[in-house]
Amino acid sequence: MSIEESHGNAPRSANTMRTPMGKVRKLGAAHSGTSDFWRQRITGVAMTLLILPVIVVIMMLLGRNQAGAAQILGSPLISLIMILFIIASAVHMKIGMQVVIEDYVQNEKLKLVTIMANNFFSIAVALAAIFAIFKLASGV
Amino acid sequence: MTTRIERPLSPHMQTYRWSLTMALSIVHRATGIALYFGTLLLAWWLIACAAGPTNYATVQAFTGSWIGRLVLFGYTWALMHHLLSGIRHFIWDLGYGFKSADREWLTWAALIGGVTLTVLLWVVAFSMGVAR
Repeated sequence: MSIEESHGNAPRSANTMRTPMGKVRKLGAAHSGTSDFWRQRITGVAMTLLILPVIVVIMMLLGRNQAGAAQILGSPLISLIMILFIIASAVHMKIGMQVVIEDYVQNEKLKLVTIMANNFFSIAVALAAIFAIFKLASGV
Repeated sequence: MTTRIERPLSPHMQTYRWSLTMALSIVHRATGIALYFGTLLLAWWLIACAAGPTNYATVQAFTGSWIGRLVLFGYTWALMHHLLSGIRHFIWDLGYGFKSADREWLTWAALIGGVTLTVLLWVVAFSMGVAR
């Protein structure tokens, strides 16, 4: 295979000096390339691994009162499992919702606002949950 | 001044005969959206636990009510389905399971598996004494 074949030899527009490599280095319209795609996979695999421990934790908490639940959720290993799961969820759901927004919201201004709201929501929910776990773990 | 480029358009969804994989692709997205807003429940529950007995009792009153149980059952199914459907996507990402029969089999497995796991988890939860 020649270098033209392997790197694509589509005719370049006459009024541009940009090479295909130059376009690639800009990493597309969002300038972040496939990082969101990859992060979506990493967080998906993380949650697949964490789901079993998380289910066990939730089963342990069923039917307990606040004192019992607080003691379990505040123990170091369980706090860690829950925090990891919450971080993975927040990143995963932020990317997922952004894809949905980009697919269905046609108006550019509304798209900007909803993507921003999506970021705020994901970060706020995750931080609120993590803060609660920190509070339980520190026993204050 | 930018001029509109006339690119060929792909036919819209309505043109195609409905297939299982198509329907389940939408279900994957719908369960994802449901789980997105469901995180509010998780956060509420954790914050209530950190806040104290009165707040936690409010959450338990909700989760113990029939509407609360219904929401949680739906949440469990959405999570289990999205998990199995997601694993199906990982298999496709790795380049396997694209043959017609494999595609169908994987999709049925996610659908049936999601419902089965949900029922199983609730049976375990009740046998462990939810109403304790």
